[in-house]
Amino acid sequence: MSDTEDTHEHEYEHEFDQSDSSPTGPTPVESAEAFDGLNADLRPGADNCYKCTSCDTSCPVAEVDDEFPGPKFQGPEQWRLKRKEDTDIDESIMSCSNCMRCDDACPSSVPLSQMHNTARGEYVEGMDKFSREYIRNRILANYGTLARIGSRVPRLTNAIMGNRVTKWFNERLLGITSEREFPEFAHQTFRKWWNDRGGSQVTSEQKRIAYFHGDYSNFNTPEVAKALVRVFESFGYEIAVPEQRCSGTPMFANGMLADARRAAKFNVETLSALVEDGYDIICSCTSCSMALRQEYPELFDFEGTGEVAAHTYEAVEYLRLHEDLEGELHDSDSEIDHPALAYHAPCHARNQGLHRQALELFRTLDGVDIEDVGDSCSGISGTYGWKSEKYDYSMEIGEEMFEEMKDAEGTTGMTECPTCAMQMEHGTGYEINHPLEVIEAALT
Amino acid sequence: MPISEDVVVIGGGLSGGVAALVAARTGASVRLISHKESTLRHASGLIDVLGYLPDGTGPIVNPFDALDELPNEHPYSVVGETAVREGLTIFDEIVGEMYAGGHTDTNALVPTQGGTVKPTARYPQSVAAGLASDERDMLLVGFEALSDFDAPLAAEHLAAAGVPFETQGVTVQFPEDLRDDARITRFATALERDSNTRALADAVESHLDGAERVGFPALLSKDTVRSELGTRLGKPVFEIPGGPPSLLGLELAERLFETLDEAGVHISSGVPVVGHETDGNDERVTAVLVDRNGQTHPYHAEQFVLATGGLVGKGIDTDRDGVTEPIFDCYIPHSEDRYDWFSNEAFGDHSFARFGIVPSEGLQPTDANGEIKFENVRAAGSVVGGADIASEKSGSGVSLATGLIAGRNAGEAI
Repeated sequence: MSDTEDTHEHEYEHEFDQSDSSPTGPTPVESAEAFDGLNADLRPGADNCYKCTSCDTSCPVAEVDDEFPGPKFQGPEQWRLKRKEDTDIDESIMSCSNCMRCDDACPSSVPLSQMHNTARGEYVEGMDKFSREYIRNRILANYGTLARIGSRVPRLTNAIMGNRVTKWFNERLLGITSEREFPEFAHQTFRKWWNDRGGSQVTSEQKRIAYFHGDYSNFNTPEVAKALVRVFESFGYEIAVPEQRCSGTPMFANGMLADARRAAKFNVETLSALVEDGYDIICSCTSCSMALRQEYPELFDFEGTGEVAAHTYEAVEYLRLHEDLEGELHDSDSEIDHPALAYHAPCHARNQGLHRQALELFRTLDGVDIEDVGDSCSGISGTYGWKSEKYDYSMEIGEEMFEEMKDAEGTTGMTECPTCAMQMEHGTGYEINHPLEVIEAALT
Repeated sequence: MPISEDVVVIGGGLSGGVAALVAARTGASVRLISHKESTLRHASGLIDVLGYLPDGTGPIVNPFDALDELPNEHPYSVVGETAVREGLTIFDEIVGEMYAGGHTDTNALVPTQGGTVKPTARYPQSVAAGLASDERDMLLVGFEALSDFDAPLAAEHLAAAGVPFETQGVTVQFPEDLRDDARITRFATALERDSNTRALADAVESHLDGAERVGFPALLSKDTVRSELGTRLGKPVFEIPGGPPSLLGLELAERLFETLDEAGVHISSGVPVVGHETDGNDERVTAVLVDRNGQTHPYHAEQFVLATGGLVGKGIDTDRDGVTEPIFDCYIPHSEDRYDWFSNEAFGDHSFARFGIVPSEGLQPTDANGEIKFENVRAAGSVVGGADIASEKSGSGVSLATGLIAGRNAGEAI
């Protein structure tokens, strides 16, 4: 399947408009439906909690922010409180960064992040839509919309976003920290590159993948997306690059469930059609794959949601399951002499069982020296670290990782998550690579 | 090409970790699969071998003298004393200077946050100054904001237990103003600030009243915090282990996984194993199935170690119809009448506490006829039946000994 020019761009531009009456806009009916996750039966999850507080011990925010009561309160306890009487959701839910480490820590399989997402959605529903916090969060959650506009004139946008006045404005008026540098837009998006090269260079009836690139690798790091294309083509895969919207990760984290629902609905419709045609869905960002695999089925029930979840994979995971990736890397004729890598596993990779795969793959590879920088959270958690009032916490959480990176051999970092990469670069000044870039260098 | 290894170990607790390490040392390629973060993070960090006999006799002074008195179906009886000793040796190698207790076969008596005394074979160095066999008078310190540990009550319990020294408990205000239900990680992080350590020492000093050692709940995660407090108070300072979540357990889990990493063990965590595949004759397991959002992926290996835990760890499952082992469907002996599974007294002799796989001499699971079910599967830890590890205080020793034998047999079969 080849791809055509974006035909849906006009829809994105309406996403901030509250009175949007387009078919995909937030009409009152749809916004009530948007919380179908709230109607999910979370009781068994709440009952499974025996208050061991392991989730709280693993929570990076609770460790640094004394105002944050921790995942156990945000999930099962708040749920019980609400069942008993109609209590409002506590505002502290907005301090949860949605790193989802609590899910991995819970010995009792309580669906903590699902409970947090639904509670946050309910809280945001009741927020003043003209408050600075709401507007700021909505802007951050809809990064893709801004990126779509900004990337049309990347040089100008980069200049404006790097401008001191812009930063001052963001900090003072919106509460977006001026400490961080906005990620630069690539001069050519991945999708433009893909269309210019004429789509997939390989055709195959058996080996077909649909690439869910997400916004970041499209607008900011197309080199990662191109690496994915070249690596999968080298293994003989036909690639489709379907129309897509943000996976929803930043929207879940900000409780913007109506936005997330619209994006998810679009993605599920497009991707489930491809799954029916024999495509598996591949992500290069571990938060995107997490959203499609776990958050969609937990929060929405569009037709095909389960099929999309069951057929979604992270790129390296997929190659390791279906190809002899390790063997190919070892047998490759390409000489690799890569700078030493300080690897950080994103929190969202952990819950998918993927946090060790880059290490396993590259440790035994000649010419690549990789070192794990520990299991702490990077602290940025998508949009969390961009909020002025969270910036210091974000850096405090990241401190352990920064120190480990500085102690590591090299001055190049590696991670699968675009915002972890931002944080790693911000804290150390290192250039950050994606595993696919190293695989590309080794195989092609 | 699916993921393939010589040995796959299922379970990230102590038994799985030891099995993976020992298998890797035989030269086999090993993958450890853990559904969640290691269960060691919930453990006290104490390593018990045998504190009480099944009939309640104890505390036992020397566990090795008591092994002969255990029933034949007890895991210790299956693997033998040498395995118990070798398991402890492996543990000592893993933890090095972090732990004490290896100098003797005799149990140490460690005060816990509940004010009980636990017979244990190995304990973290930070706990050492608190042993109940030591006759120095003791002051226990709790914090107003930390409701899990009531120091005066724990001190009373210890005195009632007949410890050979004076105990006192005091509750002081934590030097930093933390929220009422603050996380233990928050306390630990706050104590790393010098100003807080100093203020805490000042607050405790006036309560010393002749005490020769001072115990704090296990929140002094950096040794420098403990030594700084000790220097300021002029008395040895120790940590009192408590229930989950436990920073001592967390540190042990970290050390174990670092060791596994150094030994080249591959680790997949965050994904559950839900089933298995066999060869045509149904005699050998060829792969275990890992669930990924409704799809299952095979993880192939020549040999498998099942270390998924007992009833609490979900290695064994019960419902109204019976007791099952969910991954390989191993036979778990149990009464048809589920009212026979438990005793009416809370601390009575429950038969559910001994539910588990009946192992062969080589720790392969057996079926109802005593025949080996799969010759390339071995069981380790509390998925193995025959011991009430909670009342015997033998959980860690059983995990170490069976983990060692299962891991070694699996590795040597390659």
